[in-house]
Amino acid sequence: MTTASTRETYGRTLLELGRENPDIVVLGGDLNKSTVINLFAEEFPDRFFDMGPAEQNMMSIAAGLASSGKTVFASTFAVFGSGRPYDQIRIGISQARLNVKIVVTHAGITTGEDGMSAHGIEDLSLMCALPSFTVLVPADGPETDLAVRKAAATPGPFYIRLSRPATPVVHDGDFDFTIGCAETLRPGGDAAIIACGTMVHTALAAAQALEGEGVSCRVLNMSTLQPADVSAIVAAAEETGAIVTAEEHLRHGGLGSIVAQVLAESCPTPMQMVALTGYAESGAPNLLIEKYGLAPASVADAVRKVVARKAQPTGNGSAGS
Amino acid sequence: MKQISLDELTATATQMRRDILSVITEAGSGHPGGSLSAVELLTALYCKEMRHDPASPDWPDRDRFILSKAHACPVLYVMLAHCGYFPREELWTFRKIDSRLQGHAHTMTPGVEMSGGSLGQGLSFAVGTSIAAKLDGRSSRAFVMLGDGECDEGQVWEAAMAASHYHLDNLVAIVDRNGIQNDRFTSEVMDLEPFADKWRSFGWNTIQIDGHSISEVIDALDDVKSVKGKPSVILASTVKGKGVSFMENNPDFHGKAPTKEQLELALAELEE
Repeated sequence: MTTASTRETYGRTLLELGRENPDIVVLGGDLNKSTVINLFAEEFPDRFFDMGPAEQNMMSIAAGLASSGKTVFASTFAVFGSGRPYDQIRIGISQARLNVKIVVTHAGITTGEDGMSAHGIEDLSLMCALPSFTVLVPADGPETDLAVRKAAATPGPFYIRLSRPATPVVHDGDFDFTIGCAETLRPGGDAAIIACGTMVHTALAAAQALEGEGVSCRVLNMSTLQPADVSAIVAAAEETGAIVTAEEHLRHGGLGSIVAQVLAESCPTPMQMVALTGYAESGAPNLLIEKYGLAPASVADAVRKVVARKAQPTGNGSAGS
Repeated sequence: MKQISLDELTATATQMRRDILSVITEAGSGHPGGSLSAVELLTALYCKEMRHDPASPDWPDRDRFILSKAHACPVLYVMLAHCGYFPREELWTFRKIDSRLQGHAHTMTPGVEMSGGSLGQGLSFAVGTSIAAKLDGRSSRAFVMLGDGECDEGQVWEAAMAASHYHLDNLVAIVDRNGIQNDRFTSEVMDLEPFADKWRSFGWNTIQIDGHSISEVIDALDDVKSVKGKPSVILASTVKGKGVSFMENNPDFHGKAPTKEQLELALAELEE
């Protein structure tokens, strides 16, 4: 399988957008090589401003630039682009509905060896709590390219979550990316895995493995977390009767919570969540993924469990029998 | 700069104080102390110095006034109504449901540049508008008002560093140095001194004035125009609750509305 780094794709796409749109201004926080916005900085030094590691200042400056008509991209690591300047984002950008695109890299535990302080695993919960924000988690490089272009062309606040390591490319050839629309990457009728970001290729691997056991598993790429694609979630629930969510994020407030909320209101359905339950530690990304339950085997286990629960008349599994 | 006499400006300031107190009393809550201390500063800015057009609040070439101490929005709302950004009657909807005049300044109000309410963010915002003006080749400037207690926020100093680093000579910070913050005197809560030295050491052209002397404010705003290559800060010594004897220098009136009886007493003092 081909791999690509979502952050490298972002850096290249942002450079191209800079050539097309003179109103794009980029802010960095002394991590510009890592976030790959150095490509933009080198070609457009007049439209690039390094704020140093002062993310609160960076977000409020982004608001000021946007209020003067600029399309602002502000980039740093996930932990420094969400929790650290949250108040500035909430009041200055979200409540004022300004045209700021916060694009973060190094999200999740695949940031690896830097350890728990650097693992952005709460950011989706934080950012989805801001009602004006569109929250995107592209599954791979090609989708990152389209997501960044759509964000640049759409007024209003965006949060785009990217990763540190190169990840498998799940899209081949032309495909469509529409904000707010989930994408069915694999058909299936026994269960549906709804995944985002780095967990999409994991979900596809799990579905592939389950096929050998005779379990037909649909895979949905939910690259827009907010606004959620309610009709795709409900259709998956109605048509398969068993839902698994998969995300490289805490189980609190991320993709699983969003899907559970939709299902509870519209179509109560047995559901299992594959997500982190707490902080991780330093280590190689692939080993962390294994240890903290985000590998294809964990997703496949969750599917087996939810399919078994579907067979229970109460829908509550063995606990009630 | 507009032609207007000092007497007219002084009369405007007095009328603003009356309106501020009436509006806060009507609302039953709000922040009178830090509104009254900033009256002359806003009067000089809006009636004399700034290039702005109430008929087109989004005019790209306008100068921007950014109220970082967004709790002092009554002084801003009264000024905006005086200039004609919205009808004067609307002032009495302040803090009430369905009003455009929120408890802390928000951009839903015509003429309000920044949504605030959490301290320390306005100077950074002004850095953003000032950078944008330079990128666009516009001569518009930003005037951002900070409270002195607000300068406890670390973000103010992040922004101070950035404004200096990017040589933003189109940015003027004005600190309403009234010496009182929410709970107590600033010297007791978190001493800011040597305050002017702090700004100078961050690379700012630093001016200290009496913030209740309209002529001193006008002169200071004039002086900073000739300063190139660095931002300017005007440290304006003011009196919290200025103009009303029982409010002056009284921390109790930072965030408390006058009663109807207190309003009557205050308005009587403001007729003199």
